[in-house]
Parts: sequence; C-alpha cells; structure tokens
Amino acid sequence: MTFRYLPMTEQDKKEMMEAAGISSTEELFKDIPENVRFKGDLQIEPALPEPELVKYMTALSQKNINTKDYTSFLGAGVYDHYTPSIVNHVTLRSEFYTAYTPYQPEISQGELQAIFEFQTMICELTGMDVANSSMYDGGTAFAEAALLSAGQTKRKKIIVSKSVHPESLAVLQTYANGQRLEVVEVGTKDGLTNLEELKSAVDEETACVLVQYPNFFGNVEPLKEIEEIVHSQKAMFVVSSNPLSLGVLTPPGKFGADIVVGDAQVFGIPQGFGGPHCGYFAVTKKLMRKVPGRLVGQTVDENGKRGFVLTLQAREQHIRRDKATSNICSNQALNALAASVAMTALGKQGIKEIAVQNIQKAHYAKNILSEKGFSIPYKAPFFNEFVVKLNGPVKKINKKLLEHGMIGGYDLGRDFPELENHMLIAVTELRTKSEIDKMANVLEGL
Amino acid sequence: MNTQDQSLIFELSKEGRVGYSLPALDVPEADLGSLLPDDYVRTEPAELPQVSELQIMRHYTALSKRNHGVDSGFYPLGSCTMKYNPKINEDVARYAGFAQIHPLQEEETVQGAMEMMYNLQTSLAEITGMDEVTLQPAAGAHGEWTGLMMIRAYHEANGDQKRTKVIVPDSAHGTNPASATVAGFDSITVKSDDRGLVDLDDLRRVVGEDTAALMLTNPNTLGLFEEHILEMAAIVHEAGGKLYYDGANMNAIMGYTRPGDMGFDVVHLNLHKTFTGPHGGGGPGSGPVGVKKDLIPFLPKPVLMKKGEGFTFEYDRPQSIGRVKPYYGNFGINVRAYTYIRTMGPIGLKQVSEYAVLNANYLMRRLEPHFDLPFTQHCKHEFVLSGKRQKKLGVRTLDMAKRLLDFGYHPPTIYFPLSVEEAIMIEPTETESKETLDEFIDAMIQIAKEAEESPEVVQEAPHSTVVKRLDEAMAARKPVLRYVK
Repeated sequence: MTFRYLPMTEQDKKEMMEAAGISSTEELFKDIPENVRFKGDLQIEPALPEPELVKYMTALSQKNINTKDYTSFLGAGVYDHYTPSIVNHVTLRSEFYTAYTPYQPEISQGELQAIFEFQTMICELTGMDVANSSMYDGGTAFAEAALLSAGQTKRKKIIVSKSVHPESLAVLQTYANGQRLEVVEVGTKDGLTNLEELKSAVDEETACVLVQYPNFFGNVEPLKEIEEIVHSQKAMFVVSSNPLSLGVLTPPGKFGADIVVGDAQVFGIPQGFGGPHCGYFAVTKKLMRKVPGRLVGQTVDENGKRGFVLTLQAREQHIRRDKATSNICSNQALNALAASVAMTALGKQGIKEIAVQNIQKAHYAKNILSEKGFSIPYKAPFFNEFVVKLNGPVKKINKKLLEHGMIGGYDLGRDFPELENHMLIAVTELRTKSEIDKMANVLEGL
Repeated sequence: MNTQDQSLIFELSKEGRVGYSLPALDVPEADLGSLLPDDYVRTEPAELPQVSELQIMRHYTALSKRNHGVDSGFYPLGSCTMKYNPKINEDVARYAGFAQIHPLQEEETVQGAMEMMYNLQTSLAEITGMDEVTLQPAAGAHGEWTGLMMIRAYHEANGDQKRTKVIVPDSAHGTNPASATVAGFDSITVKSDDRGLVDLDDLRRVVGEDTAALMLTNPNTLGLFEEHILEMAAIVHEAGGKLYYDGANMNAIMGYTRPGDMGFDVVHLNLHKTFTGPHGGGGPGSGPVGVKKDLIPFLPKPVLMKKGEGFTFEYDRPQSIGRVKPYYGNFGINVRAYTYIRTMGPIGLKQVSEYAVLNANYLMRRLEPHFDLPFTQHCKHEFVLSGKRQKKLGVRTLDMAKRLLDFGYHPPTIYFPLSVEEAIMIEPTETESKETLDEFIDAMIQIAKEAEESPEVVQEAPHSTVVKRLDEAMAARKPVLRYVK
C-alpha cells in the first residue's frame, strides 16, 4: 500500500539504508525495549481513499444544522457575522498557513508585518497602547489577565462580575486555582454589575476587577463608575470586550482600563463549534513588559531598511522557564491574520457602519417583541444582544423555531437558575427585518 | 535607497475608500443618543485602514511572498514536525456543517460534530495507549498545564498535599517548567548522562515524597529514545509520583510503541505537529490530553460521552479540574487531524514513523563527517549536531542557519537543546523525498566548506533575503509595537 503523502520508493529506501549503514528500518527501533513494543496494528479505522473520505466527512458534516442554511439568533460570545470573501483567500495562501512561528525573521517578514498590523488595529479599537500577537481565545485571555494582575500587584484576590460569560468565569476559576488565587464573584442588579456589592468587595487585597463590556446579557456596563471603585484601591481594571462593538461604543481605554481582552472571532473567523477563535490582549504602556504571549516589534536591518521581529522575548516561557507567569507559546496567528483582513476590509468607515447596524437591528427586535407583549427584564443600554422572558422553557421553544428554519437564542436558565425561561437573543447585521419579524411572529404564536 | 519597500496597510489608506459591502439598514433607525448614554457613544473613530479590495489582496499577496512555509520549501525545524499540510484537510474544515455551527446549539443539532470528536478522541486514545482523551486544550502548552492540573487534583484527592515538585530533564523545552509553575508546582531538574539520556542515579536522587510528576518527552529533545523508560517509570511510581508524556515527538513512534504502554499516566499531543494541524504561522494548534483510568475523574468538563446511538456532553463531574477553555477545544484543528488519521489509517501512521526515523538517520549519517555529532547512536525522528568545529573557524551556528536561507531552506532549530553547544536540531519529517534530503545535504556540506575556505560568506549571510539581519537589540530597547501615523 502506498500513501500520497509519503514519497519514498523501495529503491530510495534501499539506497538510504545503505548510505546510513543500516540493514533494515527495524534496526532503527531497536532502542525501544521489547516489553514496551507495540505488536500488531493499531485498532483505528482503516485508511480511506480521498474520494471516499470526502463523502464520509461530507455526510458527517451534514448531520449538523448550520447557520448558513438556518437563520441564527444565537450569540452568547460567538457570533454569525459578515465575512468578506477575501478573508478566506488570504488565509489559504499557504506561505502563511504552512509556516510556523516566525523564528527566522528574514524569511518571515510577511507574517511578522501582518501581526504588527493586527497589533495596531487592536490598539485602535480598544484605545490601548500595546496589544500582543493573539491568545487562544477570549476566555483564556480573560484568565491570563487575572494572572498578570496578581503578579503585578502581588495581591491574591480576583474580583469578577457575574455578568461575564459563564464559560470565561469557569476558565478563570481553573486558572486561579492553579495559582492559588481567591476568586470573589460580584452579583448583578438589573442586568449590570451590582456597584454597591462591588464597592464593598474591593479592598487593598484586590489584584483586579474583571468585567465584560458589553456584558454577557448584552448590556453596556457603566465603566466610568466601575473604574473609580477599582482604582480607588489601586487594583487593576480588566475589561473583556467584543471588539466589533467598539465601532460604536467608547473604547475601554478611554475609561482607564489597564488590560483589555476579548475575542476577535467577530472579524472573519468562523463559529466553528467554538474554536479555533482568536483571543486578543491589550494593555497600557506601563504593562508592556508583562504581557503574555508574543509581541512583534519594528526595527531595521543592517542596511537601515525597516523590518519586523519577535521582541521583548525575555518575558516568554522559553526564556524564563520556571519564572514565567504564563506558559503560552503557540497562539492563534492564522486567525489573527483572518481578523486583520476582515478589519482591513471593514476599515474606518465599515467598522462603524457594521456596529451601528448591530445596535439598530437588535433594538428593532427588542421593540417588536416588547410590542407583542413579551417582558424585557432589563432596561440597561445594550449592544446587539438582549434578554427576553418567554412563555415556556427555552429548549422547547428553540425546537419550534428550528422547525421554522431558525436557531433560537441562548437558554439563560442553563447558567442562571433565576433566569429560567429567559432567552438571550443576538441580532447581528446579517439578520434582515423580515427574518426578525418572522422570529417574533413564531414566538408570539407559541 | 528605499528603506521601506513594503508599505504597511495603513500607509496605503486614503480617506473615503472602502473594502466591504453591507446591505442598507432595513429597520427604522433610532438616534444613537437615544440608545446609549452620551459618554458611551464613540466619538473618535478607530483608525482602521481605508483601502479597496484589490489593494487588500495585493498587500497580503505581497506579504505572503515574504514568508516561507512548508509549501515554499524544506523546513527541517527540529521539534516542530513541519510536515506537509494536506489540502483535503483545509477543504473539510471549511464545510458549512463544521465551520458554520455554533457551540451552544442544542446537542441534537450537532451530532455529526460530536461524532467526529468522539471518533478522534477514541483514535487518539488507541494511538497513545491511554484510557480517555479530552480535546479541550488549545495547544501543547495548554495541554501540559491541563495535565499537570489533573495530576495535582489527583494527589490532593488522595490527601497528598505535599507533592509540590515536578521533575524535568535538563534537555526539556522551557515550556515544561513554565507549565509546572503556572499549575502551582516548583520544578526541579534531573541530569542527562553522556549518552544524552536521563541519568537514572540522578533521577533516584531527586525523586521523593514531594514528587508530583516527572515530565518527559520520549524520544527526548535530542531525538533519542529513553531506553530505560520502564525503570524510570518504576522509580517515579514507587515514590508515588505520576509520569507525564510531552507528545511533541509522537511522530517518531506511532505504531511502534505507545506512551500508555511505557508507563505514562498523562499524555498531551500537538495535533498541529504529528497530525498535520497546520502550524498557521504560530497557531492555532490543538493539544488533546489522554489519561489512564485513575485520572479520568479529573478530566476538564464537559466530557463527551456516547449515549445509545448518540453523543452528549456530561457536565456533572464533581472531581473535574473545571474548564480550561470555553466550549470544546479547537474543533477546526481537530477536524483536520481526524481527516488526516482517516487518510492514513493504522498502516499509514506506522509508515509515517518509519520514514520519519529513516529520513532523520539518513541525514544524520550523511552529515556526520562534516559536523560534530555529540550522540552517535541511531536517532529517532530528529537529531542534534553541534557547530563546535565551525565555531573554532569563527563561524557560529547562527551564521550557518542564516546561510541556509540563501539556499531556500528554513533553517533547523538552533541553540536548543541548551545542553549541546552551538546546537543544530534537524527534523526532516517523513513527507520529504530523498531528492530534497540530498539537496539539503549538499547545501550543508557546502556551508561547512565555506566555513573553512571563505568564512565571511557565511558570517555575512543571508545575501538573498528581502531584509538582512535585523537589529533585535534595538527592537527590544526602543520597542515600536504598533504603527503611529
């Protein structure tokens, strides 16, 4: 049997063994002791020829309901947005996707420059001084922000609002446990962080306060008031933010955030059942040398020509080893590239237009549901998601929506027992008025 | 001369140009001031570039030409397994039924995705000889940390609070001790012997009641198989510690031996290495973790289970270390890895390792006369040369690496492992032909000759790249990390 990825012929093999002075390839494995040698064939499925594999994988994929064929109102951290066709054409340039980390800058200027541009775009959107080359995703970036804060302040108490994404909160708890940090959760009031509770929780032991903007319920947190509380005790102010919303919302940097994190999935990266997405991590200049992950910097070559390199590597795990505060090495470079292309395509004008469409369409949807008599529990300003109370279990209602070709919103009762029968509805620029009307009519008819 | 021959995308920007197309707003437009409080309406626009679609495509095409990938040429970067990235993988990962599905959809609507994940985790368990696999970790380092967190939870559940130390060999990658630290452990080093293998006496010396785990790559970072693995496992297990397998070098042993059979309790794999990820310019990766039975209760949650004919995520796992990542891992990379496993099957995967090892030994023996080879036994999928001989002539390993750029090659990993002076770590992988290997050998021999006869040619390399050697000291001293108009 021959395999199309394996170029060696029997003749090649013979010549190579001769040149290397070995009698059989078995000889090369003699150092594996007999009693740990694997005998027989691995019990995995047999190889498939390419046409059959295409059929098999196609069939497997078709068992899933996708957001191309169905109209989606599901968000909760992962969104169905406009992806310019050009994104895929750039990410399929194999000089990018078959390369590794740009260790040799002379033959990696393309990747390095693309990441330098990504860093710039993230700084622009968030209003921060420095952004790294990406993190695994928004959830792990969120947790790493807490670790950075604890290291920087030498304090052990992490305060987090319960209005953040429940899965980010869960990841934070695991990371904090690793570092033996204490996580204190602050409750919500009217769909926003409870400021009174926050004020009494923050003290001189507090390393940081983490909030999300817009928060998990879609609401716009009062960053101005929160900042005052956080900085009054010299804790770090960490804001997790949907970067697309920053086309219309005042960036967290303007409100004095020390660290801004989030996920750039909203820019040209497929939902892909939850990954790979693209975390980002942005900080003030003061924290530049504490950022986890890779940073690309501008410099010159021997002839004074502009070029780019990985820089400030003394921060990183492969140099610091056991002194490192983060162990991240591989990041999401290819997805950072995708996000850069999408951000570039949108540009200065498009980022505002797309954000405005999101906020307008979501408000239209809220108004129409409200007119139909559904209760909208929160009155806070929101971006492209809002909470609505339904007449029955969300799971059941979503089944009905599916029959009408729609993927319904998120069942908040899964994470918040007090929000049983409450649905989190996301409305992006891709949803048309008629799709929104149809969704509202189906909900009304149930 | 022109010192900026490649513009930044921002430098191409012109007020009023667009590269996107959105439908007109088809709902009644409300005044933004009525939707948001004044302070929260952005007043200064984000200065993203304003360029047309063709300008974007030309820009990124130009950048891609300034980048070397596996498709561009040979990439023998040791410990990174830069093998061919199959094109079918890219197609399959883009099917709407994989790419356009939301992680929080009802389980009934994503059974195909869950079936794929289940098949992959079952295959990986078999390949590694482990009892259960989680696909949640996003990359190798993330997998290391996940595995160590599970080992910690295991010891704590046994009331064993004093196991605070993780042992790593002196040849280990820096990520190992960093992961140990982030998981709340202290790391200690065990020495290697003169054959490049873990010194058993030193291991006996450092192992004790405070040992949580030994982290090991096997074959190790020198490309050598730790022949005494069973003795090592016994030493660690008898002391009550666990054995952690760093799967970075799995490409060498598939179908020949399995970490689970060598005595390892926890394994992580780098799907972007052995299982054709791809590498993506530095990610996204995927770092599944496999465990033996006694560690199953501590797996991150949710755990994917088969239930009747279907699949479900189980959240009720009281001893779980919790979540390590939102959702279920880097699914898109996992789709690619599964496609690859189904392309190769059990016979193909074994051949992969056979040829990965043959290619490495062929290269090693052909280069042996021209460079110092600190460890002379057969290697596995990679080997480490030393540039000591050339250093005496004033040519450093860095210079030789830069000279390789002129021949169109990505250089090997250099100055790693730290235990070898002027290290050159070469991993050819199984997807390279004999012709490619021979051409590379010729280039290496020529460079060794140049080091003797015309060292300045090597010292001043590269001669043909778009930029010459870059001033890294300046980049670090005066960091410019973003474009400013």
